Amino acid sequence: MLQGWVILLVALIYVIMLFLIASWGDRRADAGRSIINSPYVYTLSIAVYCTTWTFYGSVGRAATSGIGFLPIYIGPTLMVLIWWFVLRKIIRICRLQRITSIADFVSSRYGKDPVLGGLVTVIAVLGIMPYISLQLKAVSTSFTVLLQYPEIAMPSDLGRVSVLGDTAFYVALLLAAFAILFGTRHIDATEHHEGMVAAVAFESIVKLVAFLAIGVFVTYGIYDGFGDLFTRAAEYPDLARLFTLGEGVIEYGEWFSLTVLSMLAIMFLPRQFQVAVIENKSEDHVRTAMWMFPLYLLAINIFVLPIALGGLMQFPDGQVDADTFVLALPMAGKQEALALLVFLGGLSAATAMVIVATVALSTMISNDLVMPVLLRIKRLGLSERADLGFLLLSIRRGSIVIILLLGYTYFRLIGESYALVTIGLVSFAAAAQFAPIILGGVYWQGGTRRGALAGLSAGFLVWAYTLVFPSFVQSGWLDGAYLTAGPLGLVLLKPYELLGLTGLDPMTHSLFWSLLVNIGLYVGVSMLDRPEALERSQAALFVDVFKYSEEDGGSRFWRGTANVAALRTLVARFVGQARADRQFNAYARSRGLDLANMETASPGLVTFAEKLLAGSIGAASARVMVSSVVTEEPLGIGEVMEILDETSQVIEYSHQLEQKSHELEKATAELRKANTQLKELDRLKDDFITTVTHELRTPLTSIRSFSEILHDNPELDDEQRHNFLGIVVKETERLSRLINQVLDLARLEAGETDWQLESLDLSAVLRDSLDTTSQLFKDRGIALTVECPDQVPHISADRDRIMQVIINLLSNAVKFSPREEARVTVALRPDGHGLRLDVKDNGPGIAAKDHGAVFEKFRQVGSTLTGKPGGSGLGLAICRQTIDQLGGRIWVESSPGAGATFSFILPLADAKAAE
Amino acid sequence: MAKSVLIADDEPNIILSLRFIMEQAGYDVRVARDGIDALNQCEEQAPDLVLLDVMMPNKTGYDVCETMRANPAFDNTRIIMVTAKGRDAEREKGLAMGADEYVTKPFSTRDVMSQVRTLLEAPRQP
Repeated sequence: MLQGWVILLVALIYVIMLFLIASWGDRRADAGRSIINSPYVYTLSIAVYCTTWTFYGSVGRAATSGIGFLPIYIGPTLMVLIWWFVLRKIIRICRLQRITSIADFVSSRYGKDPVLGGLVTVIAVLGIMPYISLQLKAVSTSFTVLLQYPEIAMPSDLGRVSVLGDTAFYVALLLAAFAILFGTRHIDATEHHEGMVAAVAFESIVKLVAFLAIGVFVTYGIYDGFGDLFTRAAEYPDLARLFTLGEGVIEYGEWFSLTVLSMLAIMFLPRQFQVAVIENKSEDHVRTAMWMFPLYLLAINIFVLPIALGGLMQFPDGQVDADTFVLALPMAGKQEALALLVFLGGLSAATAMVIVATVALSTMISNDLVMPVLLRIKRLGLSERADLGFLLLSIRRGSIVIILLLGYTYFRLIGESYALVTIGLVSFAAAAQFAPIILGGVYWQGGTRRGALAGLSAGFLVWAYTLVFPSFVQSGWLDGAYLTAGPLGLVLLKPYELLGLTGLDPMTHSLFWSLLVNIGLYVGVSMLDRPEALERSQAALFVDVFKYSEEDGGSRFWRGTANVAALRTLVARFVGQARADRQFNAYARSRGLDLANMETASPGLVTFAEKLLAGSIGAASARVMVSSVVTEEPLGIGEVMEILDETSQVIEYSHQLEQKSHELEKATAELRKANTQLKELDRLKDDFITTVTHELRTPLTSIRSFSEILHDNPELDDEQRHNFLGIVVKETERLSRLINQVLDLARLEAGETDWQLESLDLSAVLRDSLDTTSQLFKDRGIALTVECPDQVPHISADRDRIMQVIINLLSNAVKFSPREEARVTVALRPDGHGLRLDVKDNGPGIAAKDHGAVFEKFRQVGSTLTGKPGGSGLGLAICRQTIDQLGGRIWVESSPGAGATFSFILPLADAKAAE
Repeated sequence: MAKSVLIADDEPNIILSLRFIMEQAGYDVRVARDGIDALNQCEEQAPDLVLLDVMMPNKTGYDVCETMRANPAFDNTRIIMVTAKGRDAEREKGLAMGADEYVTKPFSTRDVMSQVRTLLEAPRQP
């Protein structure tokens, strides 16, 4: 009665029913009355964990290793205990960051790095492929077995079939079509695939009911309850050993590693991440799932041993593959309806897994692998295309087909030589590679992009080397020597005994090595690494998610300007105009913004737009797109640190404090320096006043003394009187000159001098100056040489001032000339863009250290040879001020004993005008 | 025998005026142009009194005063510091160096004269 068409018809009706449920779910979601917003639906959707592996494989495993099937369910039950902390935190992060997949999560956490996202995607696709092939194998096997009804024949007995004659191939195509219909209707992945989740939850009920039904049938139909069944089984010595741990059935080590493996799988298999995190509607649902999911696992496992034992007793000759006991038992009992129900149960387990897994993987492929590449290829001009929604959908649909075909290929290559459970475990071990960088990423801010890349890729390579390649040996693709002697005969590289580690089963061995290098490199590289600003800020947002829980938490780490219209257009291109408008308006309403009259987007709005986009194309691509329309001022690492500081980062805070106190010290030092300078200035001013008073007192003393002498001695002779009066007059003159010079210099320094600038022929000025001082030279018998052209280019200067300078230099030369053979040379000549005057004497000269000092006020440089020079000590200071003011330069060249040359250069009038 | 006075200063006109009043009072006057000159002249023959200018080339009046006071040969020589620096601190310093009097420029010739006279008539208190 169970002809092919009946089976197909029932299967078709079942699938149509699923589809109806899904579209109902989608319609309700669109109407805003979600049917999956329930903790029970949430829990049932997590039960996608139970695939055909559970449905058929558990019994198969129980038949060979007794309670060895249990770790796969004990692991999740243990993990559930910490869901409230771990899962809820991840859910919160994903909601705030609009994360679309596990690849997106990793990429986003480590600085929105597209490479990391791509790597996770590749690992996920390759890692999950065995799992998908497992579903294909189960469905096709169950179909083939059922088709033989009432005979019970194994597919392996039927011989190898061609691809086109292979049920599994059609199953693959059918599942692809199914996944496309369910999973790629919408474009915003974060909007939840409500219909899909509803269908998956329903399937969880179907497979549970089907399994309980066969369990009840075996326990109470074939046998007379648990007691009867176990009593009878105990009579077989072979079966009794199945109830005990160890003793060759299942080692403790394997038990432990399988438990760990499934603990990680329940969190990090892409499809589990999809239903438990991405599709989650409320963090509160986690609370219910925490008790209800273990309960579901218990229920679906309670009849595993009875069915296995029943199967072993019913088919004692080993003709029937234990993986098909679930189906073979009702067939043997001629229970057609029950067999059909079991087939549907297996189908539901398979379809649920395949749909969720392919949807999750296709989202990852499009968002984290294909789009980042396409968007970067400028030639495609994708960043300018108006509507990218269709492209996205096409990529996802194509990915689904490819994933299933890859799964089918794996099935053809490997599948037939392995049991269901073994195939599934390979996938589990791949998913376990995500655990360190995700758990580390959520709890350890120190984890960096490079650390994650290193750990993940190394873990993945070890996984492939120790688990996948050996399976190629089994299927005859690789020489067996690879296993027994190691590749190229290198014993240390034997895939099951890496570096000579023996005594572990292959799974434990692989898990040990892969997680060891994974965690080791992740932690090691991270600690040596210096994360970039974006990595730091994302790390903070992830690890401290409960602290930054406002929706635009990320915007604190963003600074820049963007045009509101440009942002809206950008988002609309990916999620559609209507949806973009709706989202932006909702955002504006909730913030009380008037977007229509707003030109520049706030950081909050930009972050909001980026997250909207991230929902469609993933964090890394969204970042690229958003940065194409905004002018971003990237935050420096320092600024990010500063922002992080505000939120109780004690270490960073103390670092800041340290810096502050350092700055304070610096300021204090600067203040002290300024104070010292002020004191120095004060001292200079004091010195100046003291010096001026001293200089004033000297002539005053003479004047007073001689006045008193003249006054007290009226009897002085005329000559002496005349002499003394002459001194008084001279000293008075000296006094007035000094006062004038002090005032003059003060005015010059204060810049209060009136300059009578005119175009001057400096040679004429020089001749006048020489005339004025000619008597001085004659008196001292000094040989004067003058080198002065008849005409020189004009300079722009104040005639009286410049003459004062020249006379000063000339009288200095006279003053310091030796008594014998005194020679003074005066030379005027053009020099470059200026006019240069040299006054050279053959006096005692000036030590190099004093070349600067001679131009300072009251810094007369005397020596034993010269005695105290006459004059106020202000002459050269005034010269320097004057020349500086005229834009020139004055200096002295001299060495002790070799005379001195005082020179100045003044710019030409032309050159000055040209400036 | 006339008392001897050494005038140590580097300003010719001040020397001239001091010399005039000292000679008028009948003292035996000698002149030094700088610090070293002053010490040399003292060594040659200890004067009864020195009119010592502070700001001199080569050796300041303070140095000369200090050197003389360290030498018992000049125990009976009176020293009057003459300076254009009028601060109290300078005056204290001069007296601390062992000067008997301290005169600030511009001085009154009568004051200087009476101080010289007083110092030369009274025996020096060690």
